[in-house]
Amino acid sequence: MSPAQHINAALRRLPAWLFYLVAVLPPAWLFWQAVSGGLGADPVKGLELRIGKLGLQVLVASLAITPLRRFTGVSLIRFRRAISLIGFAYIFLHLLVWLLLDVQIASQIWADILKRPYITIGMGAFVLMLPLAATSNGLSLRRLGAARWRALHRLTYPALALAGVHYVMVGKVWRPEALAWLAGVLLLLAFRLPLAKWRARFAPGAS
Amino acid sequence: MVERCEETDDMAFRSDLKYSDVTPKADYLNRRQIMAAAGGAALGAIAGPALAASPYDTDLAPNTLEDITSYNNFYEFGTSKSDPARYAGALTTDPWSVRIDGLVERPGTYDLADLLKGMDIEERIYRFRCVEAWSMVVPWNGFQLSQLLEKVGVQSGAKYVYFETLVRPEEMPGQKRRLLDWPYREGLRLDEAMNPLTLIATGLYGEVLPNQNGAPLRLVVPWKYGFKSIKSIVRISLTDKQPPTTWNMQNPREYGFYSNVNPQVDHPRWSQATERRIGGGLFSRRQETLMFNGYGEWVADLYKGMDLAKYF
Repeated sequence: MSPAQHINAALRRLPAWLFYLVAVLPPAWLFWQAVSGGLGADPVKGLELRIGKLGLQVLVASLAITPLRRFTGVSLIRFRRAISLIGFAYIFLHLLVWLLLDVQIASQIWADILKRPYITIGMGAFVLMLPLAATSNGLSLRRLGAARWRALHRLTYPALALAGVHYVMVGKVWRPEALAWLAGVLLLLAFRLPLAKWRARFAPGAS
Repeated sequence: MVERCEETDDMAFRSDLKYSDVTPKADYLNRRQIMAAAGGAALGAIAGPALAASPYDTDLAPNTLEDITSYNNFYEFGTSKSDPARYAGALTTDPWSVRIDGLVERPGTYDLADLLKGMDIEERIYRFRCVEAWSMVVPWNGFQLSQLLEKVGVQSGAKYVYFETLVRPEEMPGQKRRLLDWPYREGLRLDEAMNPLTLIATGLYGEVLPNQNGAPLRLVVPWKYGFKSIKSIVRISLTDKQPPTTWNMQNPREYGFYSNVNPQVDHPRWSQATERRIGGGLFSRRQETLMFNGYGEWVADLYKGMDLAKYF
């Protein structure tokens, strides 16, 4: 067996529910930190930024699953739904912290969504993720049919591109870290481009 | 015109800065409570003239030293709020000299101790409003910028005051990257600089100013957004033209030269109508932001007839 096959065999023993269980820990830990002073003088911003970044990181990981399989043969495809839904849940928490703890005022929330480009873009990313989260179950897959379901789930690509741009725009200056995450998203999206020749060259087993 | 910078005499530097030389620290820190308890009659006996509460003080409770020294924007040390506290310890603030040039009578490179000689250091408890829509209350120690400008002599043609922060990438890791166009630059109109509210801070809570807060001396302009209050100053220049200022150079659409706190003029990316007071915890309510950060009584006249939406 190749190393990839070994890894795949080990992964087969992992149940998907374990991911959901472990996923509860980071936000619970962050919330506890925020309440107990561990996130510093401004726990609202601390919680908002950390949970948002965590969500982006998990979603980028979900985007890396297909290229990972193509280039290494290691397949996490069985966990992609869990990883994606966890990422979405973190982003939802990020949104809730922003709504309820940060901005607080309903009229200002709406004004921010309409007037502030980085918030408009962030909300756009979230809205694009809603139908994806809603159809990330077996029943929806059967109802829609594989082709239509797959077409719908290509919304992941613009959603994550917008999320990456949102993260860059939050800063007052060009932060190398934010730019690196955006570059990562764009690179992972580039793997999806239908470039047959390019694919053939990198596909496993290609000469 | 640059004089040679002399070695700083550590003792002279400290005696100019430290309140503990005048008043035991415990008394100093409890001054307000004692005054409140003893009432006005005892005021003269407890607080000497230099320690009398300033008429410019806010009644709000100051933030803790921990809040004020752990949550800072000082991009010379990195963009994270915790970077200054983490890295600023390596900054050498002694010896320190400030080049004062331009339209002044007595230009030169002043050693810090010489610069502080004769300055009346007082405590000023000011509101501090960041352009990022958070705020604190800070008990600064410092002297009025006007006093320093009088000491060096302002020429009649001077209209603006320009400031620069130290550039020393080997001690300021943020400067190894081009996050901003170093050195950090700030400026005030001369009448703003001469306003009695405008302070050069040298201390915090009666102690020497911590490095992450802009040691050894920084500007404090309480009616403007925090980034105007430039830290670790090494140059002060009097000019007849409006000087370039860092955040305005970085993004003129978002940051104006004046940058007065103004709840009616939003930052393009967020509202300035409200602010979150640091120190209130995770569930603190937002508060209304006040025009000129509540200092309109002393500064509104400076901007009479100006369109503050245009000159933001």
